[in-house]
Amino acid sequence: MSIDSGEVRHVARLARLELSEEEVERMAGELAGVLRHIATIGELDLDGVEPTSHVVSVENALRPDVPRPCLPRERALESAPEVADDGFAVPSPQA
Amino acid sequence: MSADSDIVALSAASAAAAVTTGELEAGAVFEAYRSRAAADPLNAFVWVAEDVGANRAGGALGGVPVAVKDLFCTEGVPSQSGSRILAGYRPPYSATVVERIAAAGGPLLGKTNQDEFAMGSSTENSAFGPTRNPWDDSRVPGGSSGGSAAAVAARLAPWAIGTDTGGSIRQPAALCGIVGLKPTYGAVSRYGMIAFASSLDQAGPLTRDVTDAALLFSVMTGARDPLDSTSLDYPGSVELPARRDLRGVRLGVPVELTGEGIEPGVLASFEAALDIARELGASVEPCALPHAGHALAAYYVLAPAEASSNLARFDGVRYGYRASGADDLLSMYTRTRHDGFGDEVKRRIMLGTYALSSGYYDAFYGRAQRVRTKISKDFSAAFEHFDFIVTPTAPGVAFPLGAKTADPLAMYLNDFCTVPMSLAGIPAISIPSGLAASPDGDRQLPVGFQFAAAPFCEAAMLDAAFALEQAIGFDGSAAALEV
Repeated sequence: MSIDSGEVRHVARLARLELSEEEVERMAGELAGVLRHIATIGELDLDGVEPTSHVVSVENALRPDVPRPCLPRERALESAPEVADDGFAVPSPQA
Repeated sequence: MSADSDIVALSAASAAAAVTTGELEAGAVFEAYRSRAAADPLNAFVWVAEDVGANRAGGALGGVPVAVKDLFCTEGVPSQSGSRILAGYRPPYSATVVERIAAAGGPLLGKTNQDEFAMGSSTENSAFGPTRNPWDDSRVPGGSSGGSAAAVAARLAPWAIGTDTGGSIRQPAALCGIVGLKPTYGAVSRYGMIAFASSLDQAGPLTRDVTDAALLFSVMTGARDPLDSTSLDYPGSVELPARRDLRGVRLGVPVELTGEGIEPGVLASFEAALDIARELGASVEPCALPHAGHALAAYYVLAPAEASSNLARFDGVRYGYRASGADDLLSMYTRTRHDGFGDEVKRRIMLGTYALSSGYYDAFYGRAQRVRTKISKDFSAAFEHFDFIVTPTAPGVAFPLGAKTADPLAMYLNDFCTVPMSLAGIPAISIPSGLAASPDGDRQLPVGFQFAAAPFCEAAMLDAAFALEQAIGFDGSAAALEV
């Protein structure tokens, strides 16, 4: 199992993660080692085995539908890096 | 009794009892530990309370303060999960478990250091720098709840809470010579825990002894939390343990987790503890967990996959760090995440994104979920013949700082004996079994002994762990620091 630098760049784009060229190379080496270990699950016969996404069975975990005040706007905004017009400010999607 | 050294010599449950009977003032207990935590020579704490706050006196915890892992949201108090990307974040609410502890008379002592987003086994992956092991400050305390473990072992805190995703309570407890309990998945609310891998994360106590673990756990669990849809009503109650023997108790020793890769000193300490268990009346037989050897590989697909999704929320918009100078939105996201996350977190995000990406999903994520089913079935089958599965908690004693940072897989192997229980969602506890020589031979360091039980069998497991703890008679006072 290996992963080349092109795949690392592709996955980094999916993950919204900037990586320098040096970081891409280092990441490719480190991930390849871990992926070799992970690939050992390919040895097992898992035909007909159901996947487990959650270990306890919980169905319809509902709570009472009671109206209550939401977080006040100023509290929601107080940790924001930048605020404008009572909202979260971000750079334009277009450069 | 009033001198700080006398107070600090008491276990948390003993201190709580002394407050209840009026022998001790709750304020004196708080201040004795607050001053020690503030002088912290181990970098175990990232924030220490200045006063007891609005906490009411009384309650089962008697005002004995609790150290809390950084990743639990605490209203108005820094909560960064050890990450630069949450720099300066003070949440507008508290985690349910922090609220329950406070309501039971456990004020917040401070926030403890951890591997960033709980990803690590050494507490070296922290934006605040590494925590040191009180048994030898050139060594790691384990992780990811290493700050909580070091603080309790060094008696900078009476007790602490942490979280365990693949061993992050049990492994640091083992490396620091204390007790660490990972409850059944769903027994404790995850609301307000900064998420790592949601189907695995579980909060639990790190304490000086089994009695303290039972007392702290008893107030963390209980009724289902309406704010966590995966939490459950805990069946039965948790009392303080009292059992003194193990007559009729059947211990299963999985061959897959007690052989290759375990340091000889750790195995010797484990075997000696099994001999003591036999003397207490337990039967000890080998058992099979045929898929346990593949647990680590499955875990390192599932946990990073969940993490890559959970950590998508850190984008520099609503809280924490934002990279400066980006002139479009996408660059702001990618640079914020580049600068804000540490190397290990980036590796896990990449690994998880890769495992979930088109073309690889079935080969990695789908297969890993099926391995998880196999591992759960292995445990169910074993519990038909055994009351508890027992293993060494960690394959080695505390290792030197920096020894494993260059090799991610070597670091991951620390979780070899703890990950299978996490995948199965079952409860497990680590207690000290004694000291063993480090592989370089120059130090005697603590070893952890792990019990695992069927879901919701914490009470019986705490009882058995207590009986063995009393018979072993481990003395952890050598790690208590003069500060």
